[in-house]
Amino acid sequence: MAAAEKQAVTGAGPFNDLLTWIDQRFPLVETWRAHLSEYYAPKNFNFWYYFGSLALFVLVIQIVTGIFLTMNYKPDAAQAFASVEYIMREVPWGWWIRYMHSTGASFFFICVYLHMFRAMLYGSYRKPRELLWIFGMLIFFCLMAEAFFGYLLPWGQMSYWGAQVIVNLFDAIPVIGPDLAIWIRGDYVVSDATLNRFFAYHVIAVPLALLALVVAHLLALHEVGSNNPDGVEIKKAKDPKTGRPLDGIPFHPYYTVKDTFGVVAFLVVFSIVVFFAPEAGGYFLEANNFIPADPLKTPPHIAPVWYFTPYYSILRATTENFMWVLAAGVVAMAGLIIWSVKNTAARICVAALAVVLLAGFFTLDAKVWGVVLMGLSVMIFFFLPWLDQSPVNSIRYKGPITKTAIALFVIAFFVLGYLGTQAVTEERTLAAQIGTAVYFLFFFLMPWYSRMDKCRPEPERVTWK
Amino acid sequence: MSDPSKPNRARRNLLIASACAGGAAAVGTAVPFAASMLPSERAEALGAPVEADVSPLAPGEKMTVEWRGQPVWILRRTKEMLEGIKKADGKVADPRSERKKGELTPEYARNEFRSIKPEYLVVVGICTHLGCSPQDRLKAGPEAFESDWTGGFYCPCHGSLFDLAGRVYRNKPAPDNLRVPPYTYLSDTRILIGEDKKGA
Repeated sequence: MAAAEKQAVTGAGPFNDLLTWIDQRFPLVETWRAHLSEYYAPKNFNFWYYFGSLALFVLVIQIVTGIFLTMNYKPDAAQAFASVEYIMREVPWGWWIRYMHSTGASFFFICVYLHMFRAMLYGSYRKPRELLWIFGMLIFFCLMAEAFFGYLLPWGQMSYWGAQVIVNLFDAIPVIGPDLAIWIRGDYVVSDATLNRFFAYHVIAVPLALLALVVAHLLALHEVGSNNPDGVEIKKAKDPKTGRPLDGIPFHPYYTVKDTFGVVAFLVVFSIVVFFAPEAGGYFLEANNFIPADPLKTPPHIAPVWYFTPYYSILRATTENFMWVLAAGVVAMAGLIIWSVKNTAARICVAALAVVLLAGFFTLDAKVWGVVLMGLSVMIFFFLPWLDQSPVNSIRYKGPITKTAIALFVIAFFVLGYLGTQAVTEERTLAAQIGTAVYFLFFFLMPWYSRMDKCRPEPERVTWK
Repeated sequence: MSDPSKPNRARRNLLIASACAGGAAAVGTAVPFAASMLPSERAEALGAPVEADVSPLAPGEKMTVEWRGQPVWILRRTKEMLEGIKKADGKVADPRSERKKGELTPEYARNEFRSIKPEYLVVVGICTHLGCSPQDRLKAGPEAFESDWTGGFYCPCHGSLFDLAGRVYRNKPAPDNLRVPPYTYLSDTRILIGEDKKGA
C-alpha cells in the first residue's frame, strides 16, 4: 500500500528504478533530505565549525585501525607487550596502523576540545540545545573512558602505573571504595584479569555506547538546528513561500564540500605526525611505555597523556592546606547564593549543604576531596547551559567581563595541563592551586558575571561578509 | 461489558505487576554478570604467604619480595637510621600509627619503628595515596623536597614523603603510613610475610 503512494525517484539516471525500489521499502529519500540535502545550516559557519565533522572522521579512523590492531594484539599480561612490538616490527604495515591509532587518540581529543570550545564561544549549549550539549558531554566521557582503557593495553610501565593510579581513585570513596576498586580490577592489583576486561571495554562496550551517543547527538542537532557564530536563530527569519530559513543553506552540498576540504587539511597535519613524529616528543606516546610493565617498580616520573593532565593537576593540587581555600570558597559561594536567592527553602538548603561540605572537608582525607574535585572539573561542563545567564549567546556580543573570564579559563586550563606533565615541587603545587581556583571560579561565578556583563545587542539576522 | 473509553483496571494491574516482575528479573540477571567481575578463585588463591631470607642483607640495605603482586620491602636499618626516625617524629602525620590501626599496622608493629625488631622494617612499598611505589631516599641530608631530610622514601607520582619507618609526612597527598603486612619471624633470618602468629 505505502509502496504505491510514494513518488518514484527522479534525477538519478540509470539508478532511478533501483532507488525507487529501495525507497518504497526504506525511508531513503526522506532520510537523505532530512539530514543532508534539506537540512538547513546557517550560512555563516567559520573555521571553528570544522571540528565536529573532523571528530567524526577521527572516530572512523579509530574504529578502522582498531579492528586491524585486534587481529594481532593479544590481551594477555604475558603476551600483550610483545604482541604490540610484533605489530610494530613484523606485521606488514603494522607500525602504520598502530601509529594511526595512537596519533588518532590525541587528535580525537584535540578535535573534541576545540569543538567544545567553539560551543563555549558561541553559546551553542544554550536553550534549546541543552540536550545536544549533554549528549556531547556524554560522548566526551566515553572518549575519556575509551582512552583510559586503551592506554592499559600495550602493557608498558605507563600503562600499568597509570591504570594503578586511576583505579585507586575509586579506593578513596568512603566505605565501598576498597571493594569497588577490587571489583574494577578483578584482582588485588592491576593484573591479567584487569587487562582482559579493559580490552573488552575498549573494543566493544565503550565503542557501542559511543556510536549510539553520536547518533543521538546528531539527531538532537538536526532537531534543533545548528547554532552559528552570531548565536542568533536562523529559524526566526524564514522564506514565507518555502518555509526555509533565509540564512540557511543545505548541508549537502555546501557543508559536505567545506568539511571535505577540512578533512584534507586535517590529513596533511595528521600524516606529518604519523610519519615524522608519532611520539610527538613524548606527549602522544610516553617514553616509559616502551618498557614492559613491572608491578614492583614505579617509573621515576609518571604522568598521564596530555589530554588528562589538566584534571590530574587538580587532583594533585588538593592537599591538606588547600582544604582551607576550599572551605573559604564554599563559605563565600554559600553567602553569595543566599544573598541572591530570595526563596527561604533554597537558602536553608544551600546553608545546610555548605555545613555538610565544611564538615566533610575536615573529617575525610584531602585525597577524597582531590578525587571529588577532579570529577567535578569534568562534570561541571554539564551545567553550562544553566550557569550561563547572559542575554546573548555569542562571544561576539558579550561584554568585557565574560571575555576576560574565558581568557583566564583558557590560561588556567593550559597551565594546569602543563603542570600535570611535570613532577611536583612546592612552587608548581601552588601554581596548580591557583589554576584550580581560577578554573572553578569561571564556572561557579558565571551566573553572576554573565548577568552583570554589558553585552551589545544581538543582530536580527546573521552577519555575513 | 466494560466501557472501552476507560482503562480496564484488572488488565492494567496485571500489566503493572508483570512489568515489576520483569524488572526484578532483569536486576537479578545483572547480579551474576557483576559477580563475574570479582577476583576469581585462582586470583584469591595467589594471596598465599611468602617467605623471605634476610641473611644476605647488610646494614642499611633493602630487599623487595613480591606478595599478592605487591612489592614488600625489607630494610635492615642502622643505628643512625633509627636515630633519624626519632628526629622525624615531629614531622610525620601519625607518629604512633593510630590511624586505621587494624588495617595498616598490626598490633605488634604499633611502635615508633613500626616493626617487630627495630632493625628490620617490613612494609608494603605502595603509596597510600594512589598506589605508586615510592623510591628510596635512604640517606639523610638535604633533598630538593625537604631540606632537613632524615632518610626515607619519596613517591615520584605526587610527592608524598615517608620516613624510614614508613610514616607519612604531614601535609602530603598520601593520607596514611605505608602498610605493614602481617608477618612473623620463622627464625632470626627468615621472615614469613602474609601470616602472623595468630594465623591471620
